Amino acid sequence: VAEMEIGSFGDLINVGFKNKPLKKPIPLHEQTVKDEKGRYKRFHGAFTGGFSAGYFNTVGSKEGWAPSAFVSSRQQKAGKQNARPEDFMDEEDFSEHGIAPREITTSSEFSSSRRDQAAEKAKAINAQAALIPGDTLLEELIAPARLSIGVELLRKMGWKEGQGVGPRVKRKTRRQQMDGGSRVYGCALPSAGAEDSEDDDDEEFAPENVTFAPKDVTPVDFSPRMGVQGLGYRGLDPGLALLGHGAPEHIDLFKPQSEARSRLFGDERSGTRRGGVAGQAFGVGALEDDDDEDVYHRDSMSRYDSVLGGEEPGDRLYGWTAPQQYSRNKGKPAKDVSYLGKILEGFTLAQKPAKEKTIFPPPSLPRDYRPVQGFRPVVEVSRLSGVSPALAKALRTSRGHMVKEEPQQGGRHQLHSGQRRTLLGEDALQGPSSVMELLRPEDRQRLLNLRNASNQTSNQTSNQTSNQTSTPESRVSEALAAWRGVQISTQTFRPFEKNPSKQERYELYLNRLKQGDKDALDRSLDPAMTEWERSRERDEFVRASILYRPSSSSLSTRFTRAQHQEDDDTVEVSRDQEGDIDDKQAAVTMKMFGKLTRETFEWHPDKLLCKRFNVPDPFPGSGTVGLPKVKRDKFSVFNFLTVAESREPTALLKPPESMKKSRWDVSEQKKEEDCLSEMLSAARSQTETKVEKPASLPASSSSSQQTEVRSRGTNSEVIDPPEGYRPLLFKMSFLTWLVYILTSFGLFYNNINIY
Amino acid sequence: MAFPQPRPQAPQLPQHLLRTIDCQQGAVRAVRFNCDGNYLLSCGSDKSLKLWSMSRGTLLKTYSGHGYEVLDADSSYDNSQICSCSSDKTVILWDVATGQVTRKLRGHAGKVNCVQFSEEATVILSGSIDGTVRCWDTRSRRYEPIQVLDEARDSISSLKVAQHELLTGSVDGRVRLYDLRMGQLHVDFISSPITCVCFSQDGQCTLSSSLDSTVRLLDKSTGEMLGEYTGHKMKGYKLDCCLSSKDTHVLSCSEDGHVYCWDLVEGSLSLKLPVGKAVVQSLSFHPSETCLLTAMEGRVQVWASEPEEADEEAMAK
Repeated sequence: VAEMEIGSFGDLINVGFKNKPLKKPIPLHEQTVKDEKGRYKRFHGAFTGGFSAGYFNTVGSKEGWAPSAFVSSRQQKAGKQNARPEDFMDEEDFSEHGIAPREITTSSEFSSSRRDQAAEKAKAINAQAALIPGDTLLEELIAPARLSIGVELLRKMGWKEGQGVGPRVKRKTRRQQMDGGSRVYGCALPSAGAEDSEDDDDEEFAPENVTFAPKDVTPVDFSPRMGVQGLGYRGLDPGLALLGHGAPEHIDLFKPQSEARSRLFGDERSGTRRGGVAGQAFGVGALEDDDDEDVYHRDSMSRYDSVLGGEEPGDRLYGWTAPQQYSRNKGKPAKDVSYLGKILEGFTLAQKPAKEKTIFPPPSLPRDYRPVQGFRPVVEVSRLSGVSPALAKALRTSRGHMVKEEPQQGGRHQLHSGQRRTLLGEDALQGPSSVMELLRPEDRQRLLNLRNASNQTSNQTSNQTSNQTSTPESRVSEALAAWRGVQISTQTFRPFEKNPSKQERYELYLNRLKQGDKDALDRSLDPAMTEWERSRERDEFVRASILYRPSSSSLSTRFTRAQHQEDDDTVEVSRDQEGDIDDKQAAVTMKMFGKLTRETFEWHPDKLLCKRFNVPDPFPGSGTVGLPKVKRDKFSVFNFLTVAESREPTALLKPPESMKKSRWDVSEQKKEEDCLSEMLSAARSQTETKVEKPASLPASSSSSQQTEVRSRGTNSEVIDPPEGYRPLLFKMSFLTWLVYILTSFGLFYNNINIY
Repeated sequence: MAFPQPRPQAPQLPQHLLRTIDCQQGAVRAVRFNCDGNYLLSCGSDKSLKLWSMSRGTLLKTYSGHGYEVLDADSSYDNSQICSCSSDKTVILWDVATGQVTRKLRGHAGKVNCVQFSEEATVILSGSIDGTVRCWDTRSRRYEPIQVLDEARDSISSLKVAQHELLTGSVDGRVRLYDLRMGQLHVDFISSPITCVCFSQDGQCTLSSSLDSTVRLLDKSTGEMLGEYTGHKMKGYKLDCCLSSKDTHVLSCSEDGHVYCWDLVEGSLSLKLPVGKAVVQSLSFHPSETCLLTAMEGRVQVWASEPEEADEEAMAK
């Protein structure tokens, strides 16, 4: 009862608790770790990998690693197994603290300090172009200690990072705003285009009463360009280039964007990893080991999307979980996504496509239009037997169509007198209208017969030519083949000698043929002439060039051209012709060599020959080679008096006066006078006997070793010659003798120029 | 004490047979010294061209490639090339060391009688029975001649080159002198078919032998005759003539088996060298020494002056 009086407050302290010995601490080796299913996990220590994984620190299970069986049948083709990282993860990895947690958590986007994705992208792009590529280190290191007052104020007003600034808008109205107001901004916003396209998608499910924050803008990079490189140039990344095969990224010549960048934009490529130095600054070098690489075009499946849905959802949906309808449309990539990575820095896609040019179709031609241009000479085709058949045909066709529409009355000048008479209403004249009527009937009949016959033959011949001759084109090519590469010869037949300008054109044509010019014909004709004249000339030229084609070079060396052609008035002869042989023969028998036997011609050595002999060209600029040729009238008197004429040019080339003069200068000049020549011949005969004397002496009576002394001094009694140069002295004595005779005859000739 | 100047020796004549080389290439059509006179070339009728050492008389190389008998040959100034011509209408440029055909020049319409290098071996000049002289370029790869000199009216029998002048002798009885520097052609009428032409060493005179058994020395600039040398027999064969290395003597082959040697100035026969019984086909004088090559039938003979004896003999005469 007393106990009952004692009041007790509170719970009794468990005395036993005090006495109870404390739980013994579990020794280290007995401490166990169990996973969520109660299985033990062994702890290996931090340095050996932490907790054991798999089955006793091995992969797999107790049974070991079970490779997936490869089964492929006709009905069920084995697809390509794409191993994902998840295939190698267990549930632990997917758990909350694993490496790939699969739990519903607040994503970083909705955390208050989430990073702005657009800004990140811009930063990453900038980092690519930075001094150290991919470097955002500085910005990561330096974080603002506290938010600026502006950000704090905005936050107070309900702004969150990643949102734009401004009043919340409804989708539709905002879209109208974009249409109306966006033109105010001078600078197109980078993501504006994407926004528009997205708006189209969102339209259908945007509720009436939901408003959205305006979108944020990507900060524009205002860093100026420092280099002199062109737009979009990105230099070689030295850090990557030098790493070789182990490089985490590689710069491909054909894919200017590195993988890191392409990953940024969401188009993953599985490019083949290649080492070596490559970049925009380098071509395909000799050191590139794979030679079979197609330099110009490369197309592979990796360039195409194999998976639907490139971009992550939630990218631009603020506060929205994408409904099914939205994700359905995700397969269609936005327009500028396809351009991503290809747009130069600082450029954006145009919001509005360029206006298409309206191209007007050309006017439709009238049905009866003929594309034939040029003159339509009124030529009676059938009469032109010389005209090429092709031309005749062309003339016919060009005329033939228009002939019907031609107005019959071109003017009063085109009417003949009879028509004019009928127009004027005059009466027909009485009497014979034609000369034919004045003739007797049998004569008239004969004339008519003659005319008909000639017409028929000309028609026949024209038909024959048009049938038999090959086409003009083939003849042109035949002429070309015949003349191509022919050495320029001075002696070619000149068929159009009477018409110098025509001959000139013909020679021009031949020269072009020799050079192998295909359209030699058209270029050498006179453009001032009429079409008809030209075509006629063309035909003539081709025919002449085939007719007088050069014989092959070996043959032409063996034959010389005839000096006299029957159908030509002139002949081509050497300008300087050799003098009379009889005179020379006489001089030789008299042993009077020198002026009488020597002839000097102008001779043109080839330019190359002079070069090879190291001498200057004696006739620079002269085109002729060899002896110059001239044209001469065949019946010219001078052809028969060649001696007189040929002496003229050689006189120009005579050696200067300082040279030794021969005594035969005198005799030659005196040949003109009869009495003198008579006298000279007398003198010659006299010298002949004198000179012949020593030759008639017994010459070789000596034995083999004996020297033969030849005496020529028969006239040494006149002037006793000293030893040495006997022939010359003999000449001098002869000369004195000659002068003596001349003076004794009483003839004084002024022109005698002895010394 | 100064030594007195040695007395100028009387001109020596190659009258002593040094050696006989049996070429074994058929008849020797032509025998030629090279430009310095240490080697000799023999053109055989068995289509071969042979190079011999002058001093030892040994065969150094045989050049075969012609299709018919070789008619003439010449060596370049640097001994690196040989050109030869043949009855097969071709001219062949040989590499001396390897014996290979460097170039085979076709274009003549008949057999090629004579061939010469220009002074710097830049041009090969060949004269043919077709009456043309063709100038072949050795520098370029062109196979056409630079120029064809077709002024002759008959076969070209002989041709020589000296500096910028080209001397041709033709069967039409004319000696033509082409002066490249002046651009002139001098034609000297000799009347009888020319067999051989030569320049004198001083370049002032030309020597021409013709089928009237006469060798004539003409002044180059005017064409006047300076000397006439007769006594030998040259009626039907194309035989050579030449001047001695110091222009003291005129030498000519003869059909009577002798080589005639005249004093140039006197015109007197100073030596009649008996070579053999047959026709002396060809001869060549050493460019600097008193040494003569003659070709008769299949043999080449080398003649030299043994100084003392030659001197004494000359004095005796």
